[in-house]
Amino acid sequence: MIPELGHFALIVALCVALVQGVLSLAGAHLRRPSWIAVARPAAKAQAVLIVTAFVCLSTAFVQNDFSVLYVTQHSNSLLPLQYRLAAVWGGHEGSLLLWVLMLALWTLAVAVFSKQLPEAMVARVLGVLGLVAAGFLLFILLTSNPFERLLPGAEDGSDLNPLLQDPGLIIHPPMLYMGYVGFSVAYAFAVSALLSGQLDAAWARWSRPWTTAAWCFLTLGIALGSGWAYYTLGWGGWWFWDPVENASFMPWLVGTALLHSLAVTEKRGSFKNWTVLLAIAAFSLSLLGTFLVRSGVLTSVHAFATDPKRGIFILLFLVVVIGTSLALFAWRAPKVGLGGRFGLLSRESLLLTNNVLLVVACASVLLGTLYPMVIDALGAGKLSVGPPYFNSVFAPLMIPALFLMGVAPFARWKQASVAELARTLRWAFLAAATVGVIAPFFFGTWKPLVALSLLLVAWIVLATLLNFVGRVQATRAGGSFVGAAIKQPRSFFAMHVAHLGIAVFVVGVTMVNGYQAEKDVKMEVGDSVTVGGYTLRFNGVHTQQGPNYMAVVGDLDLLKDDRLLRAMNPEKRNYVSSGSPMTEASIDTGLFRDVYVSLGEPIDKARPEDAWAVRVYYKPFVDWIWGGCVLMAFGGLLAITDRRYRRHAAPVEVAALAQKA
Amino acid sequence: MIGGGLAVLGLVAALVLNAFQSNLVFFFSPTQVAAGEAPIGKSFRIGGMVKDGSIKREPDGVTLRFVVTDTEKDMVVAYKGILPDLFREGKGAVAQGKLGGDGIFVASEVLAKHDENYMPPEAAKAVGDAHARAAANKAIVEATAKTIRQ
Repeated sequence: MIPELGHFALIVALCVALVQGVLSLAGAHLRRPSWIAVARPAAKAQAVLIVTAFVCLSTAFVQNDFSVLYVTQHSNSLLPLQYRLAAVWGGHEGSLLLWVLMLALWTLAVAVFSKQLPEAMVARVLGVLGLVAAGFLLFILLTSNPFERLLPGAEDGSDLNPLLQDPGLIIHPPMLYMGYVGFSVAYAFAVSALLSGQLDAAWARWSRPWTTAAWCFLTLGIALGSGWAYYTLGWGGWWFWDPVENASFMPWLVGTALLHSLAVTEKRGSFKNWTVLLAIAAFSLSLLGTFLVRSGVLTSVHAFATDPKRGIFILLFLVVVIGTSLALFAWRAPKVGLGGRFGLLSRESLLLTNNVLLVVACASVLLGTLYPMVIDALGAGKLSVGPPYFNSVFAPLMIPALFLMGVAPFARWKQASVAELARTLRWAFLAAATVGVIAPFFFGTWKPLVALSLLLVAWIVLATLLNFVGRVQATRAGGSFVGAAIKQPRSFFAMHVAHLGIAVFVVGVTMVNGYQAEKDVKMEVGDSVTVGGYTLRFNGVHTQQGPNYMAVVGDLDLLKDDRLLRAMNPEKRNYVSSGSPMTEASIDTGLFRDVYVSLGEPIDKARPEDAWAVRVYYKPFVDWIWGGCVLMAFGGLLAITDRRYRRHAAPVEVAALAQKA
Repeated sequence: MIGGGLAVLGLVAALVLNAFQSNLVFFFSPTQVAAGEAPIGKSFRIGGMVKDGSIKREPDGVTLRFVVTDTEKDMVVAYKGILPDLFREGKGAVAQGKLGGDGIFVASEVLAKHDENYMPPEAAKAVGDAHARAAANKAIVEATAKTIRQ
C-alpha cells in the first residue's frame, strides 16, 4: 500500500509541476496576476508530494519490503539500518528520486526566500524549475519507477554493493546532487532574465547567493567522493580522472567561472551575456553528468542503468534543454547590451582571464571524457585517455590562474596600473619566491614542480594577508585594528577564505604527488616494512564476524623510531549475501601525513594465516586536499550569509533598482 | 589585444591537442597482439578472460603472471603489485602496459571491476569478436563440408 502511495504522489507531482511550469510562465508573459500567484503554492505542493514519495520509498527499505523490485535489488535483511536508508539512493531509480527531491527542495527554498523579488520574476524562475522537474518526473515514471512491484515478493534482497556500504555513501550523493541540482536555480534565473529582458545588476545580485550555495554543495560533494575513493577503493588514490569524476568536475569548473563572472556583473554590469551563457553551461554540464553516469554509457560503480531507453530519454532531455536555452540566448542576448567598459589591465580583465582559463580547463576535460565514447559509438575502436593527459593540460592552465589569484584582489575596477600593482606586491612576490625555492629542501629532494607550486601557495597566502591588512588599515579611521577587521563585510572574508582553501588544496596535491611513497610487499609473520620513516610490523591475521560479512583482519603495529604508535587493522571482507570481496584499508591520519595499509591477498590461498601481499603507503599532507575543499565551501557559506542578502529590501525599492539598471 | 588573445588561445589549443595525442591509449585483443598489430614500446591496453589455473606467483610474493585470453589466442601478462578485489580466474580483466621483447605483456596497471557481474567492455568485445570469428569459420567449414558431400 505504501509503495502505491509513493507512486501516486509522483504522478500528482508531475501534474503539479506541469501546472507550475506552464501557468507561471504564461502568467508572467501575459501579466496575469492570478496565474502568477499559482507559482508559490504549486512549488510548495510539489515539495510536499515528492517528500511523501521519498518517505514512502525509505519506509519500504526500512521495513524490508521485498515485494518492491528496487528494494529487492539493493537491500538485504542483514543490512544495517543506516545502510538500508542510504540504499534508497544506492541504485538508479532511487538516485533519480533523490535528484527530484533535491530539485523540489531548491524550488521550495526559492519560493520561500524570494519575498523581495518582483512577483513576475519569481513566477518565471519557479516556472522554469517546474518544467525541469516535469522532465525528470516524466523520466522516472516512464522508465525508472522505483515503486515497481515484484510479484510474488522475494524472500530476501540481493544486497547493496559492498563498496557502497560506507558512511561516505550516506552523504556523498545527496551533497553532490544538491550541487548539481542547485545549478538549476542559477539556470532558471538566467532563463527568466532572458525571457523578461531584464538582465541587470539586480538580477546578478539575486542570482548570486543561489549559485554560491550550489557551488558549496558541489565542492563538498566532490571532496566527499574523492575521500571515499581514497579510503574504500584500497588504492590510496584521491582522484583518477575517471569519466564519472570528470562529470562532476566540469560543472564545478564552469560554476567557479560563473561565481566570478556574476561578481563582475553585480559590481560593474559587465559580462552579462557571458554570465548567462555560463549559467546555462553549468546546468547543461550537470545534466550531461547525469546522462553520462546514469545512461549506462559508462560502466563503473556509479553506473546502474543499462537500459538504452533511459539513455535516449536523458539525451533527448539534454538536447531540449540546451537547444531551447541557446536559441533563447541567441534571440535575446543581442538586446542585453554590453555594460561598463574596462581597460586592458583592470579587475574585470583579470577576472575575464580567470574565466577563460577555467572554461578552457573544462573544455579539455570534456574532450578527454567524451572522445573515447564518441570513437566507441562510431565503432572506430576502443581507446582511453590516460590521467597523464589531464595532468599535463591542467598544470599549465592552473599556474597562471593561481598567480592571478594573488593579483586580482589588488587591481582596481575599470583601470589598474602595472606600476602600482608591482609596487604593492613586489615584496610579497620576493618572499614567496624565497619560500618556494627553500621549502622543498625540508621535505627531501628538491623538485622544480614542487618549488613552483609552493611558490604559488606562498604567493596566494601572502597576497591575501597583504590585501586583508591593507583594507583594514584603510577603513580603520583611527580605531583599533581588530575592531575594523571584524567590521569588514562577510563577502570580503569569503573571497579570502575560499582563496586560502585553494592554497591549502594545492599544498596537499603538491606534497602527495611529490613525496608519497608506496610499497607492495609480501609479509610473513614478524616481517617489517618501512615507508617515509614509518615502520609497519606484521603480526599475522585473525578472522572476525561482521553484521553481514566475514572479515580477515590483519594485525600490524605502526612504529616510528622503534616506538610503537598504534595497532593497525586492515580488513579483507567477504559479504555473505552477494559473495563479493571488499578491501577495507586502515589509515593512521595525521595533520602532516597519512600512513595507509591495506591487505592484498594471501600468498598461498591454502594457508591464509602465513603470509600476505600487503600494500603500504606514506601520504604526506594528503588530508590538506579535502581540508582545502572544506575551506572553499566555508568561504562560500560566508558569502551567502553576507549582510546584503539578509537585508529585506522593500519590493518597491528593488523594482526601482531594476528599472534604473 | 584580440590578436594576442587569439594567439594565446591557439597556443593553449596546440598544447592541449598535443598532450591529447600523446596520451591516447588504444585497446588490442590478444588476437590482434598475436597478429602484430600492437605497438612496440608504447603503452596500450589488452583485455579478455583470465585463463583458469593460469595465475602464478613469483618467489618475491608480489609479482604475478597470468594468461589473458579471448578464447582464440593467449597472452601472458606479468604484473608486480596487488590485484583488484574482483580479479579472478575465469572472469574478465583489462590490463594496461607495454609489450616486452620476449612477447610477455608487462602490465603497469590492472583495472578494477566494480561488481561481480560487470565485465569490462573492452574484455567483453575481445571475447565477443573471437566468438564471432569462430562462428564464421565454423559456418565456412560446414558449408565446405556440405559442398564436398554433394
